[in-house]
Amino acid sequence: MTTTTEPVKAVTPHNPPPTPLLERLRVPSAFALGAVLLLGIAPLALSDFRLALLAKYLCYAIVAVGVSLAWGRGGLLVLGQGVFFGLGGYAMAMHLKLADAADTGQKLPDFMQLYGTGDALPWWWEPFANPLFALAMTVVLPMAVAAILGFLVFRRRVKGAYFAILSQALAAALSIWLIGQQATTGGTNGLTDIQGFFGYSLDDPVNQRMVYFVIAAVLLLLMLLARQLFVSRYGELLVAVRDSEERVRFLGYNPANVKLVAYVVAAGMAGLAGALFVPAVGIISPALIGIVPSIGFVIGAAVGGRASLVGAVLGAIAVAWAQSTLSDAFPAGWTYFQGLLFVVAVGFLPGGLASLWTVARNRRKATTSSGSEVTA
Amino acid sequence: MTVILNQSFTGISIGAVLLLIALGLTLTFGQMGVINMAHGEFIMAGAYTTYVLQKSISSAGLSLLVALPVAFLVAGLMGALLEWLLIRRLYTRPLDTLLVTWGVSLMLQQLARDIFGAPNVQTHAPDLLTDNISVGGGITLANSRLFILGLALLSVLALTLILRLTPLGRRIRAVVQNRDLAEVSGIATGRVDRMTFFIGSGLAGVAGVALTLVGPIGPTMGTNYIVDAFLVVVVGGIGQLKGSVITAFALGVLQSVLEYSTTVSVAKVVVLVAIVAFLQWRPQGLYTLRTRSLA
Amino acid sequence: MSGGEALTISDLRVTFDGFTAVDGVDLTVQNGDLRFLIGPNGAGKTTLVDAVTGLVKATGSVRFGDEELLGKPVQRIARMGIGRTFQTATVFEQLTVLQNLDIAAGAGRGMWTMLRRRKGVPEQVTRALEITGLSALAERPAGALAHGQKQWLEIGMLLVQDVRLLLLDEPVAGMSHEEREATGELLQRVSEDHTVVVIEHDMDFMRSFARSVSVLHAGRVLSEGTVTEVQADPRVQEVYLGRATEPESVTTPAPVPVGEEA
Repeated sequence: MTTTTEPVKAVTPHNPPPTPLLERLRVPSAFALGAVLLLGIAPLALSDFRLALLAKYLCYAIVAVGVSLAWGRGGLLVLGQGVFFGLGGYAMAMHLKLADAADTGQKLPDFMQLYGTGDALPWWWEPFANPLFALAMTVVLPMAVAAILGFLVFRRRVKGAYFAILSQALAAALSIWLIGQQATTGGTNGLTDIQGFFGYSLDDPVNQRMVYFVIAAVLLLLMLLARQLFVSRYGELLVAVRDSEERVRFLGYNPANVKLVAYVVAAGMAGLAGALFVPAVGIISPALIGIVPSIGFVIGAAVGGRASLVGAVLGAIAVAWAQSTLSDAFPAGWTYFQGLLFVVAVGFLPGGLASLWTVARNRRKATTSSGSEVTA
Repeated sequence: MTVILNQSFTGISIGAVLLLIALGLTLTFGQMGVINMAHGEFIMAGAYTTYVLQKSISSAGLSLLVALPVAFLVAGLMGALLEWLLIRRLYTRPLDTLLVTWGVSLMLQQLARDIFGAPNVQTHAPDLLTDNISVGGGITLANSRLFILGLALLSVLALTLILRLTPLGRRIRAVVQNRDLAEVSGIATGRVDRMTFFIGSGLAGVAGVALTLVGPIGPTMGTNYIVDAFLVVVVGGIGQLKGSVITAFALGVLQSVLEYSTTVSVAKVVVLVAIVAFLQWRPQGLYTLRTRSLA
Repeated sequence: MSGGEALTISDLRVTFDGFTAVDGVDLTVQNGDLRFLIGPNGAGKTTLVDAVTGLVKATGSVRFGDEELLGKPVQRIARMGIGRTFQTATVFEQLTVLQNLDIAAGAGRGMWTMLRRRKGVPEQVTRALEITGLSALAERPAGALAHGQKQWLEIGMLLVQDVRLLLLDEPVAGMSHEEREATGELLQRVSEDHTVVVIEHDMDFMRSFARSVSVLHAGRVLSEGTVTEVQADPRVQEVYLGRATEPESVTTPAPVPVGEEA
């Protein structure tokens, strides 16, 4: 024990402790449970009417998946998701209107015959007669708009509140522009009274159920995609950008690109949600995509927990359910409740309801570990 | 030529309305960094104040004059209350403040619906303000628009004097520039915040009085203006009155010229594109306070 | 790594709204040097580093090897092999120590790697954990680290970032005596195969570890040389050491004063 040299610190390569089996199965089993609930139990237990409502809520949940990525992980307050929801919705509705018109032997969609200035289809409507083009546009169009705006804005380091206000202004501008184009977009009414969905009549309850299954499957797939992004190296980098954008830059990354990816992906998800909303509800209109609904897309995620994927999805479904259930019965009461929800959820529970669960779990952990110390 | 001049005047008067609304925001958003979405509802409160006063004071002119200070007080107190109840807890989370105050704004709108009913109401402008002045060459200026322009400029002047000359103004500027230093220098920063909010929200009330001259009064009237007003502050630059003044008039004129050459809805889109383009050139807005800090 | 000029700064000027923070600095750092930048508050030390790393606009010339740095964006300069720390340790508080290091190591990663989950620990991250003594804390959120540990994590991040030049802004501020010693030894080890520039106020720390010193005053280089040379410079004693908390340094037996004109 009289050696003069310091004991060399054991050089062991760092390895994370192996995850217990239960922990590793947690996510797949939760996903399986969700799939069984959405694809198995809900269609069996719910009436046609209720299932159609759930289909609508699930569209909002798809938007929330993107919000959770961009806002929850990336800190980008996306107040203009209605724009992307609308672009996807209009792209889909334009195709379905054209298909409906073709079915009845008309050249123009019904509203154009009423308000239109001539009997020629506007040139920018024409490619939407092609179903593949229209389907692609439901995602490409929103992603392209997000990419252009995001590139310009993030490149110049316009961020935080500035970005939130700009994205909100975009939602206002698009809905006002749509209202102004009565002859070609249906104006305030939007595109309504959609009859068929790629050859299937939407009046048939069986086809309505099919639409529900498509929406539920898309939601589950996008949740998988988002989860992969969350746990990937990119997801860690995104959190780092949220924490300290400048620091990331000094590590050799361009944070503008990191944010751009999250913004564009979230926009694509909102576009897809809008496209699926059209057959589920049968309408897309400026009132569904302006400033107010755009903020609505965020509140569901905020209530459930913006940084938690499942929290955001459940929050969006719950808020949409509350809205359609309560707003008819108590219109005034619902508005107060909704306002209060913003104040309480965002102001006093920024982690959303999901954080209550985490808090409870940590407390349980803390008590068990302190307990074991006592016995040791 | 006449058309252009008339259109420019319309633009200037749109700008004056924008300026009146944005002026309060230059204090609460520009100076304090708080995004108060309920600012629009303080405008509404000012407008309804005018409506209530006109019901009790039959003279339209007198009620308008009384409404100006009363609306300032009503909206200002609402703002101070909001700051005290909620916003002061959220100074470190500006984006969350936006959502929280949006919730407040929803509740205030519903409150207005419950008190005054959902349909819009109207006030009578005093006769003097319903006239037009003809300045020759076929150009006519609406008196109500001139009144709003005057009110906007007067408010800018008053705010400048308050910030420059009064002890309160010095404290506000001190807190904005260095909150910690102001605090250790014995300034009660909490009280200064509340006063800043009082003045900023009060100005929204004054804007509400002015809006009764050009449009109907309704529960959602604030929402129509709030985003444009925030854009004014974003483009004008943080913490500078002159930025907001120039931007408000520039956007007003741009909007009205575009509306004339295209349509209202296209003008809206083009203005937004112009703003994004402008931010490519000056991402911090027209005027900025440059600092060494890593912000 | 030795010989050759790692960093050559000539006639560097930085102005903020009429205030000149850096006023014509000429400075050369040799490869493998452990250079200390000292000077009173407001001398322009941090601004100098800001200009080199692209954070503030500057005129003049900053060459790293053969390449001009001025005018390049921050992330490009970082990728060329220059890393820096800040006066207040800035690590990603919400992420673990391991995640912090992994991100620092990844600026060159392709898209496919980025989109996949991190499996195992990259070799250079393991090495950085050992060098900085943070191995046991790898899974700890960086926000929960002690102040000194955050500074070490930052240095570790620069190491995995694979930079050739490290610019450290007051790395031992607020550290205990033991932590300072440990940091100094860490810097010496790092400087064996890196070039290191340290901004520092702590004179004892500088005396123990500096290989060369540049003194900045009012935006200019006042003196340059070894610790002894600089301490003996009467101009340095006048503007800095003389009125700082270092009375004994004035009485240090001075060899021939070497004035190095910038």
